[in-house]
Amino acid sequence: MSEPTRAEVCVTACADTWIDAGEILVSPFGTIPTVGARLARATTAPQVLLSDGEAMLTTGIWPVGGEPEGYEGWIPFRTIFEMLWSGRRHVMMIPGQLDGFGNMNISMIGSDYQQPKAQLIGVRGAPGNTVQHPTSYWVPRHSARVMVSKVDRVCGVGYDSAAAAGPSAQRFHDIRRVVTDLAVLDFDTPDHAMRLASVHPGVSVEQAQEATGFQLQVTGEVPETRLPNDEELRLIREVLDPEGLRERELAR
Amino acid sequence: MPPTTTDKQMTEDEVIAELRSGMTIGIGGWGSRRKPMSLVRAILRSDISDLTIVAYGGPDVGLLCAAGKIKRLVYGFVSLDSIPLDPHFRAARQAGRIESVEYDEGMVYSGLYAAACRLPFLPTRSGLGSGVMTSNPDLKTIKSPYADGEELVAMPALKLDAALVHQNRADRLGNAQHLGPDVYFDDVFCAAADRAYVSCERIVETDELLAAAHPATLRISRAVVSGVVQAPNGAHFTSCVPDYGRDERFQREYVRAAADPEAWAEFRARYLSGDEADYQAAVSAAGLVGGSVGGAA
Repeated sequence: MSEPTRAEVCVTACADTWIDAGEILVSPFGTIPTVGARLARATTAPQVLLSDGEAMLTTGIWPVGGEPEGYEGWIPFRTIFEMLWSGRRHVMMIPGQLDGFGNMNISMIGSDYQQPKAQLIGVRGAPGNTVQHPTSYWVPRHSARVMVSKVDRVCGVGYDSAAAAGPSAQRFHDIRRVVTDLAVLDFDTPDHAMRLASVHPGVSVEQAQEATGFQLQVTGEVPETRLPNDEELRLIREVLDPEGLRERELAR
Repeated sequence: MPPTTTDKQMTEDEVIAELRSGMTIGIGGWGSRRKPMSLVRAILRSDISDLTIVAYGGPDVGLLCAAGKIKRLVYGFVSLDSIPLDPHFRAARQAGRIESVEYDEGMVYSGLYAAACRLPFLPTRSGLGSGVMTSNPDLKTIKSPYADGEELVAMPALKLDAALVHQNRADRLGNAQHLGPDVYFDDVFCAAADRAYVSCERIVETDELLAAAHPATLRISRAVVSGVVQAPNGAHFTSCVPDYGRDERFQREYVRAAADPEAWAEFRARYLSGDEADYQAAVSAAGLVGGSVGGAA
């Protein structure tokens, strides 16, 4: 087995987000989180529910771009709302902007809400997701353009915004983890400021900090992100992503 | 004896003749999936304007933006699914041409459901702590009257003057059926509206609706439907599975044309200058041309 690539390190870092997640719906956005979620189902989180991106719950594991092995349930959008309102879900979304307390923006760039400089997709389900079930983020290009000191619009609610909004916003609020192409980050600090949990092999702490538009918290020696083991590499390369779409997502 | 049933079959233009400028209109479907595009195209041909549109937005919103029909847009996102962003919607927002009322997509459901239940609002946790609260200054929270004392968002009812949705089949009475895996929120849009209009691929006899389909496919009852339009390929270029998938080639052409005023004028002249029959003929012709070019390449 050849050495793991950066994309493969990112896949296992995403998969580790869902270790022992139990019987919840895991909703990954992007190729690498999708491969990661299926890897988690095949290894450390066999109980998770995965949809086909349309309205069906799947069984087994299958390649990105391919057809699932089978189906175990029906999950139209309305049922997804009900599941997320009940907390039985963990989503990994792709931020347009993400700040140091986990506020996330995919709606618009600019300061004038009624006339943005750049209109993006819209808040989507981010406000509801973040106050109702665990939310993680995937940043394919870790840079100061995405990792900003202040987001232009709060779509996904960060720790400071949840605290300011009060106990009902905080009750189920849980921004779990941020996986980027450079590092893994979390909010395990006293004030929930974003912390550098690990850097991927070949990335220095300085490099991760330089690519970030705010001060990252560092507690002690920052470890290296773990490498995928041989079985994980086999699953990624031969079963889950034989066409190597994961590498394309990281092309800078 | 008075008739027990009413034939509600109409044409697209007859539906639009019942709409007025300034109305609040909900459009069913989701992103670039099963949008009532033939009804949207009929709005483009009409002189109604200043609309408030409520939608899980796709090219319906894009086309209405491009034609200057939207005054106010109530939405959680606008996307073409296989292409993340709609260029006309972006252009309209970036020029400040439409008033934006953006909610979490679950809040849109809560608002429609509140309207369908004739409630002023429904409580939800969604929105708390987010920019949705600050960009909608009229949005209020409400304290639970029970021991928990939670402070939640009171999502106001999204009452619609009219709803437009597209289904796979319907009968003349307004019983409408989706044959794909998701009804999306079409039934709620209909129930939230004073008048709901259903376009469908094919109008069939009532008995035929369940001849080969599960009863759960019949989510829209004639009790909430004012008009039924037979519109074969009416969701084009959005998906209408299992009758047809999204026309990805056409959608790419739409996006390319939108990037340039001259190309857009050409697109409009080619596809949007006539009636629905002209549109469908132009799409078929483009398909043949595209096919032969593709074959040669």
